[in-house]
Amino acid sequence: MIVFDKPKSLTDAVFHYCPGCTHGIVHRLVAESIDELGIEGRTIGIAPVGCSVLAYNYFACDMIEAAHGRAPAVATGVKRALPDRIVFSYQGDGDLASIGMCETVSTAARGENITIIFINNAIYGMTGGQMAPTSLIGQVTQTSPYGRDPKTQGYPIRICELLATLDGPEYLARVTVNSVPHVRQAKKAIKKAFQNQIEGKGFSLVEVVSSCPTNWGVTPLEAMKWIDEKMIPQYPLGVYRDRSEEASR
Amino acid sequence: MAKLTFKEELCKGCGLCVNACPKGILALAKNRLNGKGHAPVELTDPDACIGCASCAIMCPDCVIKVER
Amino acid sequence: MQEKVLMKGNEAIAEAAILAGCRHYFGYPITPQTEVAAYMAKKMPKIGGTFLQAESEIAAINMVYGAASTGKRAMTSSSSPGIALKCEGISYLAGSDLPALIVNVQRGGPGLGGIQPSQSDYYLATRGPGHGDFHVIVLAPSSVQEMADLTGKAFELAEKYRMPAMLLADGTMGQMMEPVVLPDPVETVPEKTWAVTGTGCAREHRIINSLDLSPVNLERLNLERFKRYEKVEAEEAMWESFLMEDAEICIVSCGITARVSRNAIVAAREKGIRVGMIRPITLWPFPKKALLNAADQVHDFICVELNMGQMAEDVELAIRCRKPVARCNRVGGMIPSPDEVLEAIYKAAGKEAGK
Repeated sequence: MIVFDKPKSLTDAVFHYCPGCTHGIVHRLVAESIDELGIEGRTIGIAPVGCSVLAYNYFACDMIEAAHGRAPAVATGVKRALPDRIVFSYQGDGDLASIGMCETVSTAARGENITIIFINNAIYGMTGGQMAPTSLIGQVTQTSPYGRDPKTQGYPIRICELLATLDGPEYLARVTVNSVPHVRQAKKAIKKAFQNQIEGKGFSLVEVVSSCPTNWGVTPLEAMKWIDEKMIPQYPLGVYRDRSEEASR
Repeated sequence: MAKLTFKEELCKGCGLCVNACPKGILALAKNRLNGKGHAPVELTDPDACIGCASCAIMCPDCVIKVER
Repeated sequence: MQEKVLMKGNEAIAEAAILAGCRHYFGYPITPQTEVAAYMAKKMPKIGGTFLQAESEIAAINMVYGAASTGKRAMTSSSSPGIALKCEGISYLAGSDLPALIVNVQRGGPGLGGIQPSQSDYYLATRGPGHGDFHVIVLAPSSVQEMADLTGKAFELAEKYRMPAMLLADGTMGQMMEPVVLPDPVETVPEKTWAVTGTGCAREHRIINSLDLSPVNLERLNLERFKRYEKVEAEEAMWESFLMEDAEICIVSCGITARVSRNAIVAAREKGIRVGMIRPITLWPFPKKALLNAADQVHDFICVELNMGQMAEDVELAIRCRKPVARCNRVGGMIPSPDEVLEAIYKAAGKEAGK
């Protein structure tokens, strides 16, 4: 009996990601969720600009490549045109929390019935490791070579907490994928974010605290530790909004 | 009896699976590289594998198939 | 055939779009086009369509991009500063070969400018509104009737050539009321073989995309697109000739200034001056042939525009600078009077007479 294999909602294309990059794990969790919910044929994904720009090659469903930060607006257009399709966007921190912040907040406020997978690895990976809106205080990047200084570079943005101030979202959760139990939790959250859309419940976003060994300048294993030691204290895991849970209480 | 199958050419030698294995029976190859130039993962003691799939769960590149 | 009704230009666009089968409108408020959005807000919910007031012009054009990706007729409308913001999205539409309608009811600029009519986005519209090598089809209505007719035409051409189309009106066209016969409704919008609608697990996945990291491929895609543009230029240029049979002076003008020029031409003809007009209806493709032919016939051109002479350059290119092209411009929301145009006609006629 096969207990684990590549999900069929992933194509055979080989991921271009660096060794140990958690994009691959999250791609797989999204694809597993699509498979298990039986929605591959009616799912449309939106890829961002950033490291996962080529995600359209990896997901076997129909895909659209969006301009930097605009994936939630593109997803909105698709969902309004085809309300019975399942629409998700897959975005990094530069895309979602910096250039696309206006689209992110407004789409959440509208309670748009879409699913957003948000990869927070505190850095711009594709362009070679610049400071992200989620970069940590003191974090050394190409554009904060002396460490992020709040005096001139401000503070990291916590997306789940920020969106939880809005009435629009149905579901907001922060997970990570740096250990087997964490991956299992992340899978549950991602699947729920799709299930919510199927049930017409509205805006669901899962923030995945992720790694970037290459631009953090550490090994893949050290990156997983870095998540525990540096990222989680700044970005606590948990469910920040779950309307159906609140209603059942 | 559990069985692991590796799509070795997809392996990037990141070692996340090695670290995840509760039995400590995975290792990166010491004397060879795959076509991409990475030292691929190897099973050192196939009989000891319990088929828990921890390795596959942590693999970012869908290298590992697990059967039980 | 529908009945004649009295309508504002902006409302004629909105109703014509709905009649053309457009059910997805995304916009952001800006003067002087807000009536388009207001009309859509009232009507769309009643016919099962989408009206969505986006958070910005940028979001609106990207919603259009999403809806257009599904093969549906989708549109947005704005005015000059808002169109500038949409340019990113228009470039992505062009790069992904998606049809869509963008309405630009122009106002004076640059910057925040004013809210009175202008034609100062001529360059922006005709040179490819956004980054990269591309064109959009640009249609310039000169009456409320044309606001309606060209809206449907824009959707047809956009789909035929898989490229965005822009209805480039000036503020006057948007705000004026005139009798209009609305077009018959389009019953079925053509199916698209490229649309993302979900694979239904029955076909390969489709990708709507403008990215290609291989220079060889990206060049090929650009060349293919320009082959299509050549066809558009050869087959789709539209213009109206007015009293050109015996004309010795040719006015070139579109939109509201073409209507002012018409009055001036009639007045000049009463004084025995043989002047006519070529009114471009498509600004891209530009009616180059019609103008080049006219260059053999007339001794002078006069370009009447609500900008500092943007279309005049296209006229000079079209006629290969064989004849002088005089400028008659007002800007900032000012509109020339027929007398001002008449003055320009006298000047061209007198110069010739004094030779």
